Amino acid sequence: MMRPFSPPAVSLRFVPVWRRNLLVWRKLAIPSILGNLADPMIYVLGLGYGLGSILPQVGGVSYVAFLAAGMVCSSTMNSATFEAMYSAFSRMHVQRTWDAITNAPIELDDVVLAEFVWAASKSVLSGLAILAVIWALGLSSSALSLWVVLLLPLIGLTFGALGLAMTALARSYDFFMYYFTLVITPMIMVSGVFFPAEQLPAPFQTIAGFLPLIHAVALARPLLFGEIPANIFLHVGVLLAYAVAGFYAAAILCRRRLLK
Amino acid sequence: MAVLAAQNLRKSYDGQEVVAGVSFGIAAGECFGLLGPNGAGKTTTLRLCLGLTEPDSGSVELMQRPVPGEARPARARVGVVPQMDNLDPDFTVRENLLVYGRYFGLPDRTIRERIPQLLEFAGLAGRTDSRIQTLSGGMKRRLTLARALINDPDLIFMDEPTTGLDPQARHLIWERLKQLLAQKKTIVLTTHFMEEAERLCARLAIMDRGRFIAEGSPRELILRHIEPHVAEVHGDGVVEWADEEAGALASRVEKSGETVFCYAADPAPLLASLSRRPELRYLHRPADLEDVFLKLTGRELRD
Repeated sequence: MMRPFSPPAVSLRFVPVWRRNLLVWRKLAIPSILGNLADPMIYVLGLGYGLGSILPQVGGVSYVAFLAAGMVCSSTMNSATFEAMYSAFSRMHVQRTWDAITNAPIELDDVVLAEFVWAASKSVLSGLAILAVIWALGLSSSALSLWVVLLLPLIGLTFGALGLAMTALARSYDFFMYYFTLVITPMIMVSGVFFPAEQLPAPFQTIAGFLPLIHAVALARPLLFGEIPANIFLHVGVLLAYAVAGFYAAAILCRRRLLK
Repeated sequence: MAVLAAQNLRKSYDGQEVVAGVSFGIAAGECFGLLGPNGAGKTTTLRLCLGLTEPDSGSVELMQRPVPGEARPARARVGVVPQMDNLDPDFTVRENLLVYGRYFGLPDRTIRERIPQLLEFAGLAGRTDSRIQTLSGGMKRRLTLARALINDPDLIFMDEPTTGLDPQARHLIWERLKQLLAQKKTIVLTTHFMEEAERLCARLAIMDRGRFIAEGSPRELILRHIEPHVAEVHGDGVVEWADEEAGALASRVEKSGETVFCYAADPAPLLASLSRRPELRYLHRPADLEDVFLKLTGRELRD
């Protein structure tokens, strides 16, 4: 038996739990993808062309292209966050699906791992959908943009892990509102999604540097515009650190909540 | 051969000892009943046995494996029917069984072979592709039972399997449990329906405030703890009658609201007294497990 703080004792038994979520998703795949795509595309097309028509180039590219590159990251983040919070909370707390699973020879750590990987998997689909639109609209034509496909799972894991840690602490769905209004929305504002982060006063830029989203944007945007990003290892390292620390926190918080 | 053995289990929550030194062994093929009022520690005891929580002290061996250390392989041989419905609402009946079987590492082919016979057993043969929301409470319980059997377990834990079911549904579940016992499965059952325990369990334990306060077969418990006859008396003047006459005629008199329970080895003097009091109405019956339970755990409400 794991101690309260021991590292997650994960095993391949997480796969059937992941497949369970996939089977549910498959029943609703088309509305789900369209839903994930609609919101960011409204921003990209509305703000991108609307605001873009009165703006000169931003960061050397058209505003719509600039914004689309940021939105790939923020919608992948949002998708992973939603799945790890609202959907995982339903399975853990409302439907008691996790209780049913842990009566089988599957440990809680496996379930948390499955939710972690699942949230990332689902968010990759959202990110890919936007990427496809970016390519289709000709907003990116560089072969380097293919690397973004590998960046998406990392973004998904990072924010899936943080969302799961929140889920382990949540008493009700209302709790997630705080995370969105106090963490996610301000982070989007300071992380260079809608406008270059350099436009902000220095203290905000410093804070943003400690948050994960700006590092995802710093990788995705150059790749989409055909440049090799600077400080690749720093950015990947920060995202990985958040993913690992977040998953560890989620695992021990879920144990504290459910294995009492 | 013991399929489950617990030694001196203890578990506290916030300084409150919920399981306070419980030891028991369950042999293969047995139906063991765990009875107790709400909050007695039954569900926590089951969770300890399944390795879902760690005891503060004491030990559990499930299917000859130490738990929670080897809970995973131990649970591979076990089925669980939980108290609260946790069927997957996103799936059909068949998908629920398929997905659950995968949690045991069973290949899809094996699971698909088992599904028709399990649904037959659960009386759900025509419902393979029904959505969970369309099932009645009794159907959901039967499906939960079928789900617990997907891995062909040797031992089945059932936490209040018939709570909230109508008599037809309850009798069907009882019949199925008897069939499972005939197939040499072992069953551990928690319940607060005495009738259920009396029908199914060869051996049972009454649990209260975290401890086993009595153990034995239903018949033994009745013989050991209670007088064989009960008269339940109510009507105008029942309290005065109890104070003036019944005390001398019955070996034990209990008042509960407007009813007086008189327990006696020989009911004749009691019944003679009652026949002289036409204003009192009474029911004379043999003592049962519920009388034992109420004697041992008291009549006050538990929350």
